[in-house]
Amino acid sequence: MEDDAPVIYGLEFQARALTPQTAETDAIRFLVGTQSLKYDNQIHIIDFDDENNIINKNVLLHQAGEIWHISASPADRGVLATCYNRTSDSKVLTCAAVWRMPKELESGSHESPDDSSSTAQTLELLCHLDNTAHGNMACVVWEPMGDGKKIISLADNHILLWDLQESSSQAVLASSASLEGKGQLKFTSGRWSPHHNCTQVATANDTTLRGWDTRSMSQIYCIENAHGQLVRDLDFNPNKQYYLASCGDDCKVKFWDTRNVTEPVKTLEEHSHWVWNVRYNHSHDQLVLTGSSDSRVILSNMVSISSEPFGHLVDDDDISDQEDHRSEEKSKEPLQDNVIATYEEHEDSVYAVDWSSADPWLFASLSYDGRLVINRVPRALKYHILL
Amino acid sequence: MAPGSASSPSPSFPALRPWAAVGAMAAAAAAGPSPGSGPGDSPEGPEGEAPERRRKAHGMLKLYYGLSEGEAAGRPAGPDPLDPTDLNGAHFDPEVYLDKLRRECPLAQLMDSETDMVRQIRALDSDMQTLVYENYNKFISATDTIRKMKNDFRKMEDEMDRLATNMAVITDFSARISATLQDRHERITKLAGVHALLRKLQFLFELPSRLTKCVELGAYGQAVRYQGRAQAVLQQYQHLPSFRAIQDDCQVITARLAQQLRQRFREGGSGAPEQAECVELLLALGEPAEELCEEFLAHARGRLEEELRSLEAELGPSPPAPDVLEFTDHGGSGFVGGLCQVAAAYQELFAAQGPAGAERLAAFARELGSRYFALVERRLAQEQGGGDNSLLVRALDRFHRRLRAPGALLAAAGLAEAATEIVERVARERLGHHLQGLRAAFLGCLTDVRQALAAPRVAGKEGPGLAELLANVASSILSHIKASLAAVHLFTAKEVSFSNKPYFRGEFCSQGVREGLIVGFIRSMCQTAQSFCDSPGEKGGATPPALLLLLSRLCLDYETATISYILTLTDEQFLVQDQFPVTPVSTLCAEARETARRLLTHYVKVQGLVISQMLRKSVETRDWLSTLEPRNVRAVMKRVVEDTTAIDVQVGLLYEEGVRKAQSSDSSKRTFSVYSSSRQQGRYAPSYTPSAPMDTNLLSNIQKLFSERIDVFSPVEFNKVSVLTGIIKISLKTLLECVRLRTFGRFGLQQVQVDCHFLQLYLWRFVADEELVHLLLDEVVASAALRCPDPVPMEPSVVEVICERG
Repeated sequence: MEDDAPVIYGLEFQARALTPQTAETDAIRFLVGTQSLKYDNQIHIIDFDDENNIINKNVLLHQAGEIWHISASPADRGVLATCYNRTSDSKVLTCAAVWRMPKELESGSHESPDDSSSTAQTLELLCHLDNTAHGNMACVVWEPMGDGKKIISLADNHILLWDLQESSSQAVLASSASLEGKGQLKFTSGRWSPHHNCTQVATANDTTLRGWDTRSMSQIYCIENAHGQLVRDLDFNPNKQYYLASCGDDCKVKFWDTRNVTEPVKTLEEHSHWVWNVRYNHSHDQLVLTGSSDSRVILSNMVSISSEPFGHLVDDDDISDQEDHRSEEKSKEPLQDNVIATYEEHEDSVYAVDWSSADPWLFASLSYDGRLVINRVPRALKYHILL
Repeated sequence: MAPGSASSPSPSFPALRPWAAVGAMAAAAAAGPSPGSGPGDSPEGPEGEAPERRRKAHGMLKLYYGLSEGEAAGRPAGPDPLDPTDLNGAHFDPEVYLDKLRRECPLAQLMDSETDMVRQIRALDSDMQTLVYENYNKFISATDTIRKMKNDFRKMEDEMDRLATNMAVITDFSARISATLQDRHERITKLAGVHALLRKLQFLFELPSRLTKCVELGAYGQAVRYQGRAQAVLQQYQHLPSFRAIQDDCQVITARLAQQLRQRFREGGSGAPEQAECVELLLALGEPAEELCEEFLAHARGRLEEELRSLEAELGPSPPAPDVLEFTDHGGSGFVGGLCQVAAAYQELFAAQGPAGAERLAAFARELGSRYFALVERRLAQEQGGGDNSLLVRALDRFHRRLRAPGALLAAAGLAEAATEIVERVARERLGHHLQGLRAAFLGCLTDVRQALAAPRVAGKEGPGLAELLANVASSILSHIKASLAAVHLFTAKEVSFSNKPYFRGEFCSQGVREGLIVGFIRSMCQTAQSFCDSPGEKGGATPPALLLLLSRLCLDYETATISYILTLTDEQFLVQDQFPVTPVSTLCAEARETARRLLTHYVKVQGLVISQMLRKSVETRDWLSTLEPRNVRAVMKRVVEDTTAIDVQVGLLYEEGVRKAQSSDSSKRTFSVYSSSRQQGRYAPSYTPSAPMDTNLLSNIQKLFSERIDVFSPVEFNKVSVLTGIIKISLKTLLECVRLRTFGRFGLQQVQVDCHFLQLYLWRFVADEELVHLLLDEVVASAALRCPDPVPMEPSVVEVICERG
């Protein structure tokens, strides 16, 4: 059974920001933000037609500045947030804003084949996240299960919780907390846990991981020296509430149980340079995707610490005896963790990887030279997990 | 010999014929002392000397009587015995001879032969006459002799007759005397019998008093012997009242005797041999053997337990214990000796008891033996920590040797096996102890190295060089290994009694020493070294990088030479010769190599990290937008070059140079021009035109097509260039990533340009492939240009000037 070849899409600009359109659960759609200092930056809406293996794109202008981070609202397909650089008289400030894309693009209306460049449409600004008092915005994360009204942004050493009001036209700072300590502390990344009624957020600064309670905005756990060097990214296991993956400049990916933070549960060391991104698959949490500046994307099968350590447990009623027997046999031995595949389609550092929100077997990766690659989980493994 | 027979030869004497004399003469010559001379050779004529003639005569006689040596030997007498013309032949025919003569010979010759013949005939006649006279005289004397003999015999016959009659008389007398004495003889015999009987009876009657006396005197042996002698008789005649009385008396006395013997036996103080004697006597008195057995063993037990107690006292809770050799000596002479005596005596005394008795003895020995072993083991356990192997081995040797005697006596008790087991256990523990010692020594070496490395350096002086430290560590470990081997080797020395046990011949050598000690140590050494690569190293400073480097070199040296040397040494010393599978040298070498590789890789990472951190901080903390026009190379770059040089020196102390690509001569100039003019211009120029972004991407992509992917944290090889390449790769890649996260003003870009050129000038010499440095630095400058809204590169000549000045 041949796996489908990867699909490659090239952007004209450097790019670092990638997100799936989170609220969309039918179509496979990714948003990519570009980085250019000299030209108007763009947000590319990439539609992937799974049946025909074709990519359709729509381009939105993002004139505010080069995009460092992008995230899509989990509730409204048309709403997204970006962190962007604004350069003004020899000062660079990273700001954040919430935007709405034009209605017709929300559901990925097909681009008119004849001309694509004539009139690139522009994003509609909903509101700014005012950070004049807080410094550079590192990232913006949406409350994963909510109604798209709560976001958290990380600005230098502050963690800010915003309420979006009046159909997102206004962002009110609800509460905040800040990190105190020696030197310049700076958050590099954060994630909002989907568990515990969405009351937990984890952040990374330097080599430390911290957990926060959004109700009291107080720290609930802290993993000092989680990595030997800078922690670049982290992600929550969507199915196991205390499990967390992190990655960083020591080329390692570590898996943590936040109830016992002294030792990582597991460590992977497959990359040969900094790991910039780590992402759990949204439904099958044994599948872990990492992107690194060694230009590789690695898909790992961390079945031993997943929510299905013995493979997929099939209901007894559903299957015949023969199958039952077989599945029992299969479930007896714990499966081995391994690297499923290493994807080498990129030629520059990969700064972003993410799973599609619509198809759990599909993911995209973005390298600095503007190359977006869409890949699938190998079919053999997919059937192995499903059956 | 009859006198008449002497004349018998004469009538048939053949030589009477005239011609036959010639033949006889010839025959005599043939039978003479020189058989080679033919008949014609004889020089003497018929008138030769007398002795010659006599010989001829003898020859003829012999011929006549058939005694000729020639004939006796079956040899043909002449040329042809059947020849009728041969004068001396048996088949001589005178007619034929005459015919022949007449026919063949001339007249003169005929005449000659005729005279010759006549002369010969005459000579023969005279010979014959002489012979007849001689023989006649002899006949006469012989006849006289015979006549005298006849007279003598007649006298002898008379005397013989007289002798016969005398003998008959003597026989008659003798018979008569015998008949008279017969009666008396019988009576004497009877009397002698009665006498003997009486003496026996007397013995019996005296027996009670004798026994009493014996008992009084303490001559128990004598008493028992008497009793034994009388017992049967008394038993037989007990129906007679008198004997009955004696028997009763005896029994009473014997009972008393037995009583006394037992008493003595119980008192026990009188040593094993006397006790054995008592038991022997009691047995002879017919006491029940079973009971005696028990009692005997109980006594022996008492004595041996005494010994054990004294041994235990020596062990004590915490006394100044005598050294282990003394202890085993005590045990050997006291307990084991006693046990031997008991066993020997028992076997001698109670041999009749059969297997049940032997079994009882074995159980006895087993029980006491196990207690003894427990004591010995406790003592040996105290010895475990000690360092002196030779004393321990000697003690074990004594212990083992001592137990061989009872082991041979009492094979069933398994004492020797148990002793061997103890020795083996001790040997095993010793091996473990040595392994621990080696590990500790290794860790100690590492601590020393750490201290040496951490010691504050006197300015200008490097302290002990890394190479020296390495040599120290290596030699100290090696000497420790050798010392351990020597210590352990004592266990297999030839003169040690247990060294020929199968365990010490086989398993001890291969599994214990080779696998357990040597291979185990090398493995643990690798593990210890590898542990430096793991968790603690992550935080950076925990392990000094120089230590990593040193360990890596150490492991590599082990891989190339030391392991095989040590194992060969071990194999030679211990003659590993059994069938257990042993770890081959290659496996160990592979492990050591892997360790060395990991350590070196870790070293590269650590050092790379140090430089990376420096670069990262320098990029992150600077405000690149509002920087001034560059006038100098930034200090951090100089620092990077300095540090790299220092690392280069450090690695150079331990690792060889390695190979670099050939093109490196004078390349800084060449690449500078390429790099700064054509390439740089080519890459930045399009940025000014509106259609630029595509081109930039295209260009950089095309360039990447032609360059290989750079594996940043790739494994390194064991040489200096590779190590340095690894470190520089890591550093420059960090620089690249950091630059991409910043935004640069025009002068910021120019500063980066200057910095990169400076690095280019100094770093190329360290790496295997300088293209790599170019590529990465190009990439840095290109990225900086992309991150610059106003990219105006600096003139290459100015860059060059600044760098040269800096």
